[in-house]
Amino acid sequence: MQWNSLSDFLHMGGYGLYVWGSFGVSAAALVVEQLLLKRRTQAIVRSLRRRARAEKMDRELA
Amino acid sequence: MSHRLVNWFRFSSPVNFYPVAGKLIPWFWILAALFGAAGLWLGFFVAPTDAQQGEGYRIIFLHVPASWMSMFIYIVMAAWAGVGMAFNTRLSSMVALALAPTGALMAFLSLWTGALWGKPMWGAWWVWDARLTSELILLFLYLGFMALHAAIDEPRRADRAAAVLALVGVVNVPIIYFSVKWWNTLHQGSSVSLTKAPSMAQTMLWGMLLMALCFWMYSIAAALTRLRAVILEREAHTDWVLHLPEAAA
Repeated sequence: MQWNSLSDFLHMGGYGLYVWGSFGVSAAALVVEQLLLKRRTQAIVRSLRRRARAEKMDRELA
Repeated sequence: MSHRLVNWFRFSSPVNFYPVAGKLIPWFWILAALFGAAGLWLGFFVAPTDAQQGEGYRIIFLHVPASWMSMFIYIVMAAWAGVGMAFNTRLSSMVALALAPTGALMAFLSLWTGALWGKPMWGAWWVWDARLTSELILLFLYLGFMALHAAIDEPRRADRAAAVLALVGVVNVPIIYFSVKWWNTLHQGSSVSLTKAPSMAQTMLWGMLLMALCFWMYSIAAALTRLRAVILEREAHTDWVLHLPEAAA
């Protein structure tokens, strides 16, 4: 292991901005993709539920 | 005939594949986490400092996996789009549609990490050379595939039009791969090749391969999750979707 301290690790031998800029944006991009996926799934499931409720109501009224 | 034979064609129908995908997703997440933890540990704590690039080379642990996945996902996406067009199988086209955003993300990450690597090593965020330009075209192909699909209302027609675009675009993938050989470029040659020993330390190589497996497993998990949403959206009119427990009133 080549790191003597946390600040040494964050400094990355002078390349901190580039290394952490890469890892930070990549991690953020994956998190955003998952959030968007969650929203998309919830949206379609909600609309399916709405339709199921409407059909149930139709049956009860009939 | 043996009763243990699995009828794989069964899974080519959305009804049967939807629950299978749901069961598979957690396993791909677990694998992605394990490979990712091992890859990051090797990459940051075991792999030595590079003789030429100091600690800056550690961007490789993201850059190479993201670049590989951007090309690999494109080929898989185009293949499924082609299958969907040739055999008129709905699920194949949905798989292609589910892969595109994750592939675009990988192409973006490849360009982003490449820019952050290029600046300290070459002195430029971006140069118009063959490798970088063809990877940028790959990102535009992904975006074009999604935009074209979204622009056509009737889903099956959209599938066919987008499939043609995807298949024509496949020609770009070998151009990206071989660009460092065919043209004079600033970009370094392949770090790993099938024909000669890798030109890097063993621990660096293993860190990179583990991160590539992590990205692979992540991409499968993300694509399967998106595929389930696409199936629900496009099969919303069917009885089986209405009878799913998650769609109950």
